[in-house]
Amino acid sequence: MSIVTVQLGQCGNQIGFEVFNALFTDSQSSQGLCSKRENEAYQASCKERFFREEKGVPIARAVLVDMEPKVINHVLSKAAQSGQWKYSQHACFCQKQGSGNNWAYGYSVHGPKHEDSIMNLIQKEVEKCDSLNGFFIIMSIAGGTGSGLGAFLTQHLHDHYSNALKMNQIIWPYGTGEVIVQNYNSILTLSHLYRSSDALLIHENDTIHKICAKLMNIKQISFGDINQVLAHQLGSVFQPTYSVEGSFHYRRNPLGDLMENLVPHPEFKMLGVRNIPQMSENSLPYSTFTWAGLLKHLRQMLISNAKMEEGIDWQVRPPLPGLPPLGKMSQNREQHFNTSLANLVILRGKDVQNANLEGFKDPALYTSWLGPDEAFTVWKTQRAFSRYEKSAALVSNSQFFVKPLDTIVGKAWNMFASNSIKPATCKFSGFSSAAI
Amino acid sequence: MTQSVVVQVGQCGNQIGCCFWDLALREHAAVNQKGIYDEAIGSFFRNVDTRVVGDGSSISKGKICSLKARAVLIDMEEGVVNEILQGPLRDVFDSKQLITDISGSGNNWAVGHKVFGSLYREQILEKLRKSAEHCDCLQCFFILHSMGGGTGSGLGTFLLKVLEDEFPEVYRFVTSVYPSSEDDVITSPYNSLLAVKELNEHADCVLPIDNQSLFDIISKIDLVVNSGKLGPIVKPNSLVTSGGTAFKKQHKKPFDAMNNIVANLLLHLTSSARFEGSLNMDLNEISMNLVPFPQLHYLVSSLTPLYTLADVNIPPRRLDLMFSDAFSKDHQLIQADPKHSLYLACALMVRGNVQISDLRRNIERLKPSLQFVSWNQEGWKTSLCSVPPVGHSHSLLALANNTCVKPTFIELRERFMRLYKKKAHLHHYLQVEGMEESCFTEAVSSLSALIEEYDQLDATKSLPVEDVQRLSIAV
Repeated sequence: MSIVTVQLGQCGNQIGFEVFNALFTDSQSSQGLCSKRENEAYQASCKERFFREEKGVPIARAVLVDMEPKVINHVLSKAAQSGQWKYSQHACFCQKQGSGNNWAYGYSVHGPKHEDSIMNLIQKEVEKCDSLNGFFIIMSIAGGTGSGLGAFLTQHLHDHYSNALKMNQIIWPYGTGEVIVQNYNSILTLSHLYRSSDALLIHENDTIHKICAKLMNIKQISFGDINQVLAHQLGSVFQPTYSVEGSFHYRRNPLGDLMENLVPHPEFKMLGVRNIPQMSENSLPYSTFTWAGLLKHLRQMLISNAKMEEGIDWQVRPPLPGLPPLGKMSQNREQHFNTSLANLVILRGKDVQNANLEGFKDPALYTSWLGPDEAFTVWKTQRAFSRYEKSAALVSNSQFFVKPLDTIVGKAWNMFASNSIKPATCKFSGFSSAAI
Repeated sequence: MTQSVVVQVGQCGNQIGCCFWDLALREHAAVNQKGIYDEAIGSFFRNVDTRVVGDGSSISKGKICSLKARAVLIDMEEGVVNEILQGPLRDVFDSKQLITDISGSGNNWAVGHKVFGSLYREQILEKLRKSAEHCDCLQCFFILHSMGGGTGSGLGTFLLKVLEDEFPEVYRFVTSVYPSSEDDVITSPYNSLLAVKELNEHADCVLPIDNQSLFDIISKIDLVVNSGKLGPIVKPNSLVTSGGTAFKKQHKKPFDAMNNIVANLLLHLTSSARFEGSLNMDLNEISMNLVPFPQLHYLVSSLTPLYTLADVNIPPRRLDLMFSDAFSKDHQLIQADPKHSLYLACALMVRGNVQISDLRRNIERLKPSLQFVSWNQEGWKTSLCSVPPVGHSHSLLALANNTCVKPTFIELRERFMRLYKKKAHLHHYLQVEGMEESCFTEAVSSLSALIEEYDQLDATKSLPVEDVQRLSIAV
């Protein structure tokens, strides 16, 4: 089944390009550490999911939307330059004047105005799929187009394609500020998306920036670098994984399976990704890992809410067994301990069958109403990803985002209570405090 | 992509405008090697086939035939505009986009605003409509003028009202040159105050500039260039004051260097909208992010670096120096010290080979020394444009909505009151039809209200940040 990607705004389009690039490059890689037949099955599955073919050239199954033309033009030409794959010229929608970082402009003006054209483009792309798995919508929440138009579109996709799943990849802005009204835009977007999206996969700029600095050793980090790390993380989640039948049979319903395992309750749909190992290309040939080591780190990253494999707080431990089940009032719960609703670990590479995941099946990690049998899933695939001999990805529905969410709600409320910047937003929509 | 129209009013406005168009052509020539008319150059220029008689039909694609500036030149005396039309830029301006008169406004705001305003309203409207028609998607009017004179101040602000009525959806960005304390026009306090009221009410965003600051910046540059204290030489054409003519020790015209700084300001402001980059910032985002309350739309600007040394590799320290300089009071384009006042919002527009990590590192480094208003502690708007300005490898424009503009206004009010109390020179204004004393008193109260708003914000400066109680969910 195929996934149609919708890239929204500058952020969405820049990231989308890197994601398709990472997926394609990995699928063509010859260092899959598996048999030729296996590799071919993997490639075919990846292709079916994300690309279609036109005159022998792979075309990304994507719709590019932005309210100003520069970024889309840049991304189209970059893809064409690669000579490997490209975007379809006809799958793009641009306007001339951006959204001015104004959520209301994206949601109430651009949305209704361009709804038909954009939905048309999406429809065309959907028709070119043999069977549609769902939509992957990439957007930022701090700007105007990604956030406002993204919220609008997700709602419409919800109405028009009620059987298709929607996963929104959202980018959380830098805490030290990259857009002044980012807090307003973020909470407006999140409140709307929560109603219409099926799952929100969240990446924070701050986190990926740190990964680039500490793990990848990049001195002068550009957005290109950040987007590539992000693409790597997404690739490790979305590349094909074995279905129940095992070898040569890849999962046909990736979005459905992800959501089935990770979103047990519709009120909790914020997912985070952790990846291990993550390092610069130069260090790759010199590193070897064991599954035991990788999984131990990954588990600690989960329970201590660490963003990467360096600087993990090993003091954080799950609460002791024998005590009353984890509830909100538990006093014995360790500070900073990250309780999970559901976890999915995706392992790729050599000797993957021997990896031991008992550490993740500890009931103390989970809530009282969903034990590890239902809450924890593991997908193992032999084919290595992106030249990493062994790699593990964790997609987690846990308390990762409680603190950042609390922070931005607090800031937005402070700004709102002082009556600032409301006029511009109010100009475009019948907006009330209730929305916040 | 969107287009902008520049309206240059009065002697000051037109002279700045002249430098601006010169630099804009240089910048686009450096970027656009193939001579194809693209959207970037289209934001300020039309591509016209001059062989066709008549209006000069615009060609939207293909090779550049003849570029015409999207500009309207207005002056109530002919000298300045004529000089422009006889100079090297004569072909850039469409002769039908001019409005001139003979006698000038006599440094009298009332003459500029009331007399010439009503006389030329229709013509102005027609020229503006024409230039708007030539645009695919008009986003912004840039108005260049001075506050102290008669035409720029009076007619320039009259224009604002016209633009607001006719083109309500288009932004009005005003670059105003405020009179310095040693200004030579005696009636400049009257003119400036009357103009401030109009700017308060009808402009979307004002970038105040004063001559003294520009002069100080130039003196600083000359000191570095002439002293030769630093080992490596300054790269030619890399001065923020360089004009189109080759780098010469003495500038051709006295105000050229100063005007080039202002011209650079406008180019940097629009760079992220015209050229690509990893984090774009359009003009509508400036207003959205930097103007928290409609009245407080005065942005203090600073440009760095002032010059580039002939180093090829830029060590991070020099890059960091560029950021630090942007906040020092010596680099601001008005007499203001933003570091010791309260920030409502701050925008950093970076051009060239600077990446997001450099930007974030510097924000984190400088943040502790700056005071932000309590409800906007992380009040940063950032943008990265890949195309550097001509002759530089990178540059930074900082726009601050900061209470440090207050002293400028207070001083303006004081100078005004000194004259007004004695009713000196008042009869020149009152004898103009439509002018009454109430115009003056209204203008004073408008300015006072503005100062009062800044005062209130300043009062919150030292108070501890209080978290306002949130709404709770009804269970």
